[in-house]
Amino acid sequence: MKFGVIVFPGSNCDHDAYHVISKHVGQPVDFVWHKETDLSRYDAVIVPGGFSYGDYLRAGALARFSPVMKAVKEFAAEGKFVFGICNGFQILCEAGLLPGALMRNKDLHFICKYINIRIENKETPFTNELDEAEVLSIPIAHAEGNYVCDDETFNSLEENNQIVFRYCDENGEANAASNPNGSRSNIAGICNIDGNVLGMMPHPERACEELLGSNDGREIFSSLTNRISELSD
Amino acid sequence: MKAKVYVTLKPSVLDPQGKAIQHSAELLGFENVDDIRQGKYFEIAMDEDISQIQAQETAEKIAKDVLANPVIEDYRVELIINN
Repeated sequence: MKFGVIVFPGSNCDHDAYHVISKHVGQPVDFVWHKETDLSRYDAVIVPGGFSYGDYLRAGALARFSPVMKAVKEFAAEGKFVFGICNGFQILCEAGLLPGALMRNKDLHFICKYINIRIENKETPFTNELDEAEVLSIPIAHAEGNYVCDDETFNSLEENNQIVFRYCDENGEANAASNPNGSRSNIAGICNIDGNVLGMMPHPERACEELLGSNDGREIFSSLTNRISELSD
Repeated sequence: MKAKVYVTLKPSVLDPQGKAIQHSAELLGFENVDDIRQGKYFEIAMDEDISQIQAQETAEKIAKDVLANPVIEDYRVELIINN
């Protein structure tokens, strides 16, 4: 099993992701510079958080033209796993690998704090070790995390169980008060129809050590390694 | 040949930045302001010897593929023709 962490100019959560995969998930991992065009040696790639291309034009808008993104699209089409976190989620939406878009937070602030998310679909490769409606405490750190999509897209997300995480309070209630950024229907993370591409605004790679406040993020990574192991058996 | 490209949020998309700007304008005492929406403006300079049709097509394609996100934004292209 091998992981790749894609590095764009301006990525800044690439080392966090690398650290978690190597130390806590315990799997081999490489940094993959955005000029690379071959991802064939990996089982999963992480598109990490940060400010790729300085967030010029729109968050994630320019990263989608990096050479590696063509390879990421092919990789996803082969059914391999693509995991976009924060800016990575924005990039996957801009690249058309996930539907919708992430806009400026409703209150315009950059929000950096622990929030709660509820598992909406435990059948995905990224959530199979979690329980339905389980609540995780995971930090967010973004100014553009306000998920928007049209009604048609929203209905299709619901029908196909593509909403994977919703912002909620500590009791698991997803309501306006527990929505940090104005996202439609409290959406914090979605997957594609096949379930092998996930994007989420919260940072599970920053929640893998009790010392840092939470290790709730670990089960997301262990779900993924679990799924990859099943496939190779 | 130059083209101007205007990228604006679709009417159905809320614009929190525009709302904050509108609020500031109101604080300055401007009355009768119903709404302010923020957008982006680009100037694209192209070779002088290409046709208007080519220039229009090029600018439209850049606007569609690079400058605007069709999920949330619309765009409008205007050619500037030097005589």
